[in-house]
Amino acid sequence: MTTQSSELPIEHLLRELTPQVLGLVVRRFRDFAAAEDAVQEASIAAALQWPREGLPENPRAWLTQVAHRRMADHIRSESARRRRENEAAIEKEQLAPPAEAACGLDQNDTLILLFMCCHPALTPASAIALTLRAVGGLTTAEIAHAFLVPEATMAQRISRAKQSIQDSGIPFEMPTSEERAQRLGAVLHVLYLIFNEGYTSSSGRDLRRADLSKEAMRLTRIVHHLQPADTEVAGLLALMLLTDARRLARTSVAGELIPLAQQDRALWDRQQIAEGVGLLSTTLPKGSVGPYQLQAAISAVHDEASRAEDTDWPQILALYELLRRMSDNPMVALNHAIATAMVHGATKGLELLDALKDDARVGEHHRLDAVRAHLLELAGDLEGAVRHYRAAAAKTANLPERNYLLTHAARLLG
Amino acid sequence: MKYILMMNGTKAQFSEYAKWSKKDMEANVAFMRTFGKQLKDEGVFVATEGLGWPDQAKLVRAGKDGAPITDGVFPESKEFLAGYWIVDVESPEQAYKIAARASAAPGPGGAPGNFLIEVRQVLGSHSDLGL
Amino acid sequence: MKYILLMSSTKAGVDSYVAWSKKDIDAHMAVLKSINKELTESGDFVGTEGLARPDQAIVVRGQRAGMPITDGIFPEAKEFLLGYWIVDVKTPERAYEIASRISVAPGPGGVPTNMPIEVRQIVSLSAKSQ
Repeated sequence: MTTQSSELPIEHLLRELTPQVLGLVVRRFRDFAAAEDAVQEASIAAALQWPREGLPENPRAWLTQVAHRRMADHIRSESARRRRENEAAIEKEQLAPPAEAACGLDQNDTLILLFMCCHPALTPASAIALTLRAVGGLTTAEIAHAFLVPEATMAQRISRAKQSIQDSGIPFEMPTSEERAQRLGAVLHVLYLIFNEGYTSSSGRDLRRADLSKEAMRLTRIVHHLQPADTEVAGLLALMLLTDARRLARTSVAGELIPLAQQDRALWDRQQIAEGVGLLSTTLPKGSVGPYQLQAAISAVHDEASRAEDTDWPQILALYELLRRMSDNPMVALNHAIATAMVHGATKGLELLDALKDDARVGEHHRLDAVRAHLLELAGDLEGAVRHYRAAAAKTANLPERNYLLTHAARLLG
Repeated sequence: MKYILMMNGTKAQFSEYAKWSKKDMEANVAFMRTFGKQLKDEGVFVATEGLGWPDQAKLVRAGKDGAPITDGVFPESKEFLAGYWIVDVESPEQAYKIAARASAAPGPGGAPGNFLIEVRQVLGSHSDLGL
Repeated sequence: MKYILLMSSTKAGVDSYVAWSKKDIDAHMAVLKSINKELTESGDFVGTEGLARPDQAIVVRGQRAGMPITDGIFPEAKEFLLGYWIVDVKTPERAYEIASRISVAPGPGGVPTNMPIEVRQIVSLSAKSQ
């Protein structure tokens, strides 16, 4: 497990323990929103007390006890509104010292927490915010900074997400075996979105956003540890490792985007690549291949080429052909067109793009223009390429990407 | 995805606004306050600002020696930014819905003003890996 | 006092910008970046944003049957906001000075664009800041 280099040991410990404690408290009290508040308060108390008084003998039990006391206070003030005859009974039960749960149960609770936070009923933005908070243990301020919104807005977003979970009556337990595949898919999708958010930020003032990728990998590792037999979980982790390995080469010192073919491969993290490749080689043979594994395999082929010209494009093309059968995602179709061009020539690749022109999901998307421009450039039609690079630049909402597209187009004209 | 929702007006439209009754103006200001609060409660608020009036607007260019040349002359037809909201939402459709709410801010006589709200995406450094 | 510095252009203006050479684009970006850096160091900087797709701007006016009424047609002469800076400065003259630095950023051939930058004061809705 990687440590954030700027984190103190106590911060690191709290980030590991708080999701476990949250699991215990939710399991006992069945009030997710109140439990989250209680665990937050316990965590703040720990951050203030432990540096002064030293670590308690059992930090997790300490946190759980403080959280339980907060919950009791909360219930006491809540039950002032309830009928008198219930109060005494509830208080007596809730104030009993918490039993120390078995270690295996705690780990499972983290997974259940993830399932809850990534419930398909939540919007992606809400699920992301809640996951980072309740499972990742990031502060509201850190999450707000990462997503460039005011802290109050992020706090409200998290609060509403917690309330949705509460109102939906989702039980604190593992999904049924019928639901499990879909629910796990929702978890993986949220983790992928968090990774994406961190990875596609440039350096400089967005350094804190880059930490999001590390956080996504940390959480995916936890899921992989808890579900070692699940091949798509392993596939997603491998994909993240193999993609993140290229991070340092992806942007120039000035913050400009550098496409894969032009990256300085000496800057790639060979250790991460080895780990990703190793993970794939134990996962793929299990035979339950899915989109994340295929995307990871494609990344592995790129990462294993020592120079861009050594890239095994026929293998990449074969993998995209498999992926297209599993995934309707038009972005896959775009990448498939590029791979086709690299193996069978630009004209063949361009023919595939024509089929996408009428696809509502991607017809107006800047990537279609960008890929067309790239293939026209390969085909030697510089004027056409420039036209489409500029069209893509006008459509993208990504500043570094817009600059790249414009300057690349300008360079083509000499 | 971040969107900016802009309310514009010509000098003539600002002058019209200046002629509203006190009651109508207060209703409009109250609406804006409530609207901002709603956006915060909904977890989508990023920023909002109101701008000074067009008669205070200045156009600035650099002069020959680099010193600023300021000018307060604008064509009659020019649309001035009156104010904006920036929201963080999951889709452009959500941004348009919020813009429609802003458009319904009360006007003269308290009826919905039917203001024109221009919606544009704000550039960021996020993009989709496309997986 | 907070001021907003607005950079606008017609569609035609944007079309010509995208045709600048790489050297000119890089030079322009570099100057804007260094202005931002200086403003941050001097404490005047509050924020800056760039806007996307002037050719795909949408206006919304009211709603019908729960759906916003949208339109994407604009006159050729319409000036679209491309981006803005918000600065917090002691005098309006300082705001104009910053605006003129932006205006003098180089364009094609390294010649200053001399784009007019609109300077407006930001007013608070309430006594305390947002």
